[in-house]
Amino acid sequence: MIQIKIKCRIISRGIAEGNVILTHDTISFLGNVDPKSGVIVDEGHELFGKSIKDKVLVFPHGKGSTVGSYVLYQLSKNGVAPSAMINIDSDPIVAVGAIISGIPLVDKLEVNPFDFLKDGDMVKIDSINGYVEFLSK
Amino acid sequence: MHLTKEEEKTLNGEYGETLQKAIEILMALGNIFGADSLIPIKSAQIAGVSYKTIGDAGLEWISDLSGKVKVPAILNPAGMDLKRWQDMGVSPKFAKKQHEIIKAYEKLGVDTKCTCTPYYLEGFTARYGDHLAWSESSAVSYANSVIGARTNREGGPSALSAALIGKTANYGYHLDENRKPTVSVTVECELSGSNYGALGYLAGMSVGNRVPLFFLKNEPCGDELKALGAAMAASGAVALYHVDNVTPEARKTVFEPPDENIVIEESQIKEVYENRKDAMSCENEIIALGCPHCSSDELAHIARLLKGKTIEKEMWVCTSREVASSYPHLVSTIEKSGAMVVCDTCMVVSPASENYKLMMVDSGKALTYVPSMCRLEAKFGSIEDCIKEAGDSNKD
Repeated sequence: MIQIKIKCRIISRGIAEGNVILTHDTISFLGNVDPKSGVIVDEGHELFGKSIKDKVLVFPHGKGSTVGSYVLYQLSKNGVAPSAMINIDSDPIVAVGAIISGIPLVDKLEVNPFDFLKDGDMVKIDSINGYVEFLSK
Repeated sequence: MHLTKEEEKTLNGEYGETLQKAIEILMALGNIFGADSLIPIKSAQIAGVSYKTIGDAGLEWISDLSGKVKVPAILNPAGMDLKRWQDMGVSPKFAKKQHEIIKAYEKLGVDTKCTCTPYYLEGFTARYGDHLAWSESSAVSYANSVIGARTNREGGPSALSAALIGKTANYGYHLDENRKPTVSVTVECELSGSNYGALGYLAGMSVGNRVPLFFLKNEPCGDELKALGAAMAASGAVALYHVDNVTPEARKTVFEPPDENIVIEESQIKEVYENRKDAMSCENEIIALGCPHCSSDELAHIARLLKGKTIEKEMWVCTSREVASSYPHLVSTIEKSGAMVVCDTCMVVSPASENYKLMMVDSGKALTYVPSMCRLEAKFGSIEDCIKEAGDSNKD
């Protein structure tokens, strides 16, 4: 199998693997996500009812209240945070939240993640050396 | 981003995990906004203090940090008067959590005075050209516009990170090229007092996040500029504005007049006072002044107006504990009327506001936030209107 490694920008450092969960919707961690379960609770959201726990969460960028940063921290303390996150363009709220929670976060991939990733794909985020590696379907 | 050797060491964790995370936050923001380096700051003002806004999540994060801040750092208003919270109608459960938040900041060496007007306090009087890492939107606007210091609107964690490192990322309003006006606002009538809050409330909606250059018919004082900036930062996202021939950068620099010009007429200003007629009176009403926190001049003005009165409605006058304790005679005159001088907090960030149905304010900022953040109706008037609204049983 051909090894696929895609370069990216490092926002929050770390290395993690997991199954992809992908949404085209932006996320306001305050309000959209239940900090106790890691389930998306906003009925209008594409991921409504789904859990982001231990997933590689792929979304365009964050929005909403700056308290969202602390909600990421709570998710992580409760053991229900994503294992890593990929953005198109990271915003300060998600970036700060990822760093304080120790969740690897990258953005600006050389290839648009929405063009080559699907729900369930296994990927590795290396946010120390700056690449995303496709492991298996 | 270029890092010094010391900064590299911090990033590699040689000075512990708290500083490692702190510099990572500054670098991430620097990368997102295209900063070339970190720059030293004079002081930090940290948002994310009220338990109402940060909740258990925020409290947990702050409690888990260790170390001491490297530059003077001060807090944004908390969710209650830290001493007289019971008089405000705040629950003991909320008060316990609020005190835990304050203690967590204190452990990090943060000065735990809670105010949106740090520039009135010793140690935080910024000067022209100083680089700062301040959070609260009206304080950011005042520092940038009225003082001519330089700060972006930092989030809570980034301001605390900046305080711990003593530096912030060099982007946005730290750079000359982002401080030039990008839109003109011409006001066609003379203004005074709360008219500036009304103007800011209107202008913010059209200006958005641009840098406006105002052309005014008369020269506003510091408190009036404070009200203008606070309202624009709330109804829009204005972090820096200039007033032709008034604010320091507009005096020192000849700005190219921006292409777009927004005209504001007297009738529009009047409308701000007249809107929300449906909320014009209500039994469960409170009058709340001091958004942003009152200066000593404003406190003196309110004391003059309340002297000898016994008001019939509840009234809060919000200020910093520092200003209140420097002018005990003013506080005493105000409280003799039945009004309460509330310190450390304000009508926007305290859960106590939710005990009322209607709030009358003299601030364009409070007019924007009270309905959305406290879910009660708000109406607008001058300080004189507000005090008239409170009634006077001595006259009855």
